[in-house]
Amino acid sequence: MVTIVVDTKEIQADDGKSVLQTCLEHGIFIPNLCFMKSREHPHASCRLCFVEIYGIDQPVTSCTERVREGLVVLTATARARRLQQAAFKLLMSAHHCRPKACPVRGGCQLIRIARHLKVGLNSQPLERLERAIDEEVDLGLFTYYPFRCVLCGRCVHVCRQRTGHNLLTFAGRGLKTVVALFGGGDLAAAPCRHCGACATVCPTGALVLKGEQGRAASADSSLRAPQIPPR
Amino acid sequence: MVQDIAAMLPAFERHRGNLIPILQAIQERHSYLSGAAMKMVAKHLGIGPGEVYGVATFYNQFRFQPPGRHRIKVCLGTACHVAGGEIILENFERKLGIKDGETTADREYSVERVVCVGCCALAPVALLDDDVLGRMLPSKVEGLFVQFEIERQRQEREKVARESGEQARD
Repeated sequence: MVTIVVDTKEIQADDGKSVLQTCLEHGIFIPNLCFMKSREHPHASCRLCFVEIYGIDQPVTSCTERVREGLVVLTATARARRLQQAAFKLLMSAHHCRPKACPVRGGCQLIRIARHLKVGLNSQPLERLERAIDEEVDLGLFTYYPFRCVLCGRCVHVCRQRTGHNLLTFAGRGLKTVVALFGGGDLAAAPCRHCGACATVCPTGALVLKGEQGRAASADSSLRAPQIPPR
Repeated sequence: MVQDIAAMLPAFERHRGNLIPILQAIQERHSYLSGAAMKMVAKHLGIGPGEVYGVATFYNQFRFQPPGRHRIKVCLGTACHVAGGEIILENFERKLGIKDGETTADREYSVERVVCVGCCALAPVALLDDDVLGRMLPSKVEGLFVQFEIERQRQEREKVARESGEQARD
């Protein structure tokens, strides 16, 4: 156990844990999308979890910083906020939000993050990005909505590491990157009938299970994004 | 093809670092990667087929359909991009009803995008097999297919003439 200070609050933390995880466990919200406890090496790709740490010049991603004795963390400095807001705007330029048609309205991480960062659910003043990808992809047990996907990689990770199915993958690259199955195939024939972990960890509702089976599977709450505290 | 790939694989060590060299070797011989081929590679390396698919789709150099008899390559390097290479690519795609990386159903044409063919002064550039087509315009795309059609009709006429000539000799 070590003692760290987060926004003037003293916290007893496990040595070596990431700053992000420690803060989340103590009820201090730091925006994040790609972070998962079970990831050995943090992806640090969403660029949303910036904080400032005493003694480090620039804001750093809190998922890659380890807790150590005497660490002083500031989660809401202007510099960190500016980076977070910029990263969020860039994400939103490709995530075309239509709250009325969104199946995860209540639980969407993006809404929570927008509220936290005090920005709108759009990319303004940045341009909206048009991507040449399908509106809706049928993956058998799931429906995948590329426009909602922020490519955080949680589903790919959980499919590979946690469940060992190793079916989902990123396909293509650049603006055309999507989450896909081998050869665009369909999951109905796959060994993951009752898993549904990928849809459960999705922070934006880009992977949605179809029908009854889906609801039962997603009841496995241990996989649900742990960082959405009830409001 | 499957047997040939099965014969190729043992030459590569079962190490995931060998994934790209294997895919390259397969494409070198068979000019594209089939689903069966990728599954065999996955099995050989002990990784999921999804992983092979993910890596293969990341790189522009891999194709998943056999190339057509005529390969059309549209340059989208910096100069061609600025000069509207994207529009030329779209013209080909629309004309043939396929997307880049695909082949028409009759295996006649395939369209792909390439990055800089080295004659930026002629931008936007397209390659038809080995011929460089410089300063491309949508009208030139149209003209190209008219030429193809004329050539095809000419060959057909010659064939008919040859056959009737042979009949006359008989």
